[in-house]
Amino acid sequence: MSLVDRTAIELLDLMAQGAATSVEITTAYLDQIERYDGAVKSYLRVDRAGALEQAERIDERRKLRQPLGKLAGLPIAIKDVICAQGELTTCGSKILKDFRAPYDAAIIRRLRHADAVFVGRTNMDEFAMGGSTENSAYQTTGNPWDLSRIPGGSSGGAAACVAARMAPLSIGTDTGGSIRQPAGLCGVTGLKPTYGRVSRFGLVAFASSLDQIGPLAKTAEDCALLLEVIAGHDPADSTSVDRPVPAYSQSVRQPLAGLRLGLVREHFAEGLDSEVESAVREAIRVYESLGAKVVDVSLPHGKYGVATYYVIAPSEASSNLARYDGVHYGHRTDLARMNQELAAERAALEKQGAVADLDTPLVRMYRQSRAEGFGAEVKRRIMLGTYALSAGYYDAYYLKALKVRRLIRRDYDEAFAQCDLIAGPVTAAPAFKIGEKSDDPLSMYLVDLYTVSANLAGVGGISIPCGFTAGLPVGLQLQAPPFEEERLLRAAHMFQAATNWHQRFPDLAQTAGAHA
Amino acid sequence: MSAPYDIVIGLEIHVQLLTQSKLFCGCSTRFGSPPNTQTCPVCIGMPGVMPVMNRRAFELSLRTAVALNCQIATYTKWDRKNYYYPDLPKGYQISQYDLPFSHDGWLDISDPKDKFQPKRVGIIRAHLEEDAGKSMHDEAAGQSDSRIDLNRTGTPLLEIVSQPDMRSALEAKTFLNELKLLLTYLGVSDCNMQEGSLRVDANINLHVHTPDGKVPTPIVEIKNMNSFRAVERALEYEAGRQYQVWQETGRRLGEVPKQTRGWDDQANVTRGQRHKEESSDYRYFPEPDLVPVTVSESQLAEVRAGLGELPAALRTRLEATYGIKPYDSDVLVNQGPPLVDYFVELATLSGDGRLASNWIQQDVLRELNDRQLTIETFPVRPAAFADLLSRVKRGDLDTSRAREVFIDMVSSGRPAEEIIRERGITQVDESELIALCRELLAKNPKILTDIKEGRTKAAGALIGQAKKVNPNVNPSRLLEICLEVAPSL
Repeated sequence: MSLVDRTAIELLDLMAQGAATSVEITTAYLDQIERYDGAVKSYLRVDRAGALEQAERIDERRKLRQPLGKLAGLPIAIKDVICAQGELTTCGSKILKDFRAPYDAAIIRRLRHADAVFVGRTNMDEFAMGGSTENSAYQTTGNPWDLSRIPGGSSGGAAACVAARMAPLSIGTDTGGSIRQPAGLCGVTGLKPTYGRVSRFGLVAFASSLDQIGPLAKTAEDCALLLEVIAGHDPADSTSVDRPVPAYSQSVRQPLAGLRLGLVREHFAEGLDSEVESAVREAIRVYESLGAKVVDVSLPHGKYGVATYYVIAPSEASSNLARYDGVHYGHRTDLARMNQELAAERAALEKQGAVADLDTPLVRMYRQSRAEGFGAEVKRRIMLGTYALSAGYYDAYYLKALKVRRLIRRDYDEAFAQCDLIAGPVTAAPAFKIGEKSDDPLSMYLVDLYTVSANLAGVGGISIPCGFTAGLPVGLQLQAPPFEEERLLRAAHMFQAATNWHQRFPDLAQTAGAHA
Repeated sequence: MSAPYDIVIGLEIHVQLLTQSKLFCGCSTRFGSPPNTQTCPVCIGMPGVMPVMNRRAFELSLRTAVALNCQIATYTKWDRKNYYYPDLPKGYQISQYDLPFSHDGWLDISDPKDKFQPKRVGIIRAHLEEDAGKSMHDEAAGQSDSRIDLNRTGTPLLEIVSQPDMRSALEAKTFLNELKLLLTYLGVSDCNMQEGSLRVDANINLHVHTPDGKVPTPIVEIKNMNSFRAVERALEYEAGRQYQVWQETGRRLGEVPKQTRGWDDQANVTRGQRHKEESSDYRYFPEPDLVPVTVSESQLAEVRAGLGELPAALRTRLEATYGIKPYDSDVLVNQGPPLVDYFVELATLSGDGRLASNWIQQDVLRELNDRQLTIETFPVRPAAFADLLSRVKRGDLDTSRAREVFIDMVSSGRPAEEIIRERGITQVDESELIALCRELLAKNPKILTDIKEGRTKAAGALIGQAKKVNPNVNPSRLLEICLEVAPSL
């Protein structure tokens, strides 16, 4: 078996036994990237030299029997929305094309401490806004199972690089489903932790009250290991919760006895692809065969989830993205040209006697810098959010959305009184074709139908591969009460111990090779 | 000569809190450092950073709000106030909007010269927010460059908003003085207006008396006043200007939008200011990066217990304990706690509060001012001073000689006794004084006649002559004796 087919746990074992070095492992993944990423386009930047240098240092330390971190020598890919000192962090946006963070995000510090090897930055929808990674200002990532299809979004690069075996571990972010949805569509395991479980310090904010960082990997076990490293309180993020981090990697192999799985009535309604539904129902039968009991539950306000999300997330985004104004951060328009244009406009207006309507140079600089730097989807959401927050509309939109959000959370509390985990589909359908929904933002927004409620409620969720339809992966979503990641991971591992959907990989020689 | 209108004034005061570090990060708040040297990714709003509340800033604010008799919210949250401005790096300011940590308090003010009736000024709210940076526009030099200094961004500001309870510029100035004094006693701010630690915006309009009742004029907000004196003058000017505009236009409140004017201290006028680029729609919403703050009863009790004696109570105590007048207690308390401590010690040791108060107000304050000293560094300590005052009380030396001794004590640091001995200051015997009086009156028949005819002030002219004969003569005693002996001559 090739090194790139191995799980992170297996790779750690190989290194511990001396059967492989970090340099060998890192090289194998870098070679895989070199071979196939030209076609998949999951990475925005790969740091071959830097990764190998880190790997060498770790091998050296291992040889000297020095203490090593929990991820020592394992390659990891980072979504390009997380700041690392001195490195570019573009957020998939032109506006941050040249932004180098002068500091490390909290999770980068934790990963460094764990001796992970950083191989590169993965592609994403601009500022994590999107469900297909088509909104990246730089490139469109393909789904490794079918490169004409989207990998999901916004962590499309993060999911695709794991599916394509270009990294055993990767870091994504999930604001409305952006880890679980691409994990589901690419056939990998992705976990969105409870809000506050992982520090957001250094994560470039999209919607602060919804964003959460989480792991993507081949298996639940690997996710458990990675979560154990990145979770925990951070004094620099007061919304990160100060409670102990369980030893997820130790407990993940213990099956859950007497598990009560809640099936949400509303999840199996109109709109769900029949093959996706049968794969999910089959997965639930697997759980039943393992002793789980199925309970019928309801999330009655879930139907407002997407609408609520598309008020709250853009509202926060409109504020979070205000700093990219050409004055402080981000792209600034060409001032010389701008001033010339303004002068010309003034001359024209003076003839009509209407100079008062003209922008001041400062206002024009803001407008033009932002107009040039942001893509269409980001602009759409900034406008939505600005509108929803503006005086006169605040009560009708933002405040109303907050109230619905509270009801959604209450639905979860009531559902979790009857079951241990909620099980259901991640997406209504498998990966769609690139470009298929580009002109229809509303249909694009519906790809998060089953995932957004977890973000609104702040609960955790995981996506695990549970079948295929026409050669495309189908994901099973499990959701747990707040801070029950241990339960999620154990349940996910139970399934993966009994099935082998997670062990299937796309045949890149065929899909990517043909493209390359 | 009452004016044909009432003046209505409300104040908004931004107080910079005395913290070592900024409201949401660890950067220093020191004044005067080179531009952009006191910044970090958090206070300049770098992509990805998050604010963390400075506990100390909240404690100082809580202390102030409690001293302002405010209701304290047990649950308080942060909000974002969104607007674009070059000195605002995040594109929003973290502030408190609908749930400030305190509201509905008051501060009593009175004028020691009784120019207005004592009154209670309501405090609508006090809330915490972060300061923005500073823009420096360089257009004068023929360039259109603007430079931004972000050292100030994130500096903790306490915004105190009063009710429009003040009815004259003097009341507004008195309110500001009393507030500043309170903040000083609380130790929450250095209130240095030159360094921007205390900034005042004033809202003012008139209620014009007309045959149909009182008519309110449009409200004007005056900004950019850099001293309390400027506030007073600006408000006086603005009241007159508004009345003139009213007479010309008859425009009432609500007929024109609220105007912002700036105070030109040189020209002594307020001027209309250009509106900010953004309108007033700040799109407030709850700050998702900060957790709400809760204040417990025990925390509040602790703050209340630790407040110490505040100016109003201190004045009352000084008046009751030392028998001084409200005007005097006001002067002393206004000088701040160290001077009050000095006074209390001097009054106790000398056993005469009024004497101590008079000497401090007339002599000590003058010396402090002339010699650029603070009371803490003043060379004459209360014990030595009390010794001098006791001698004055006993009549061992008169006020003018005592003042000579006092000035010597300040310069040389020597005790009174030594100076008195050196200068040969002794008490003049009563019989010697009587003899001197008789002699002087005999030599000055005009004065004697004046005294006899009831023009007793004429005796004052004898003091100089008496001093020439004997410099130790106590003038007041001399005058008393002259008046006693004159009728028999």
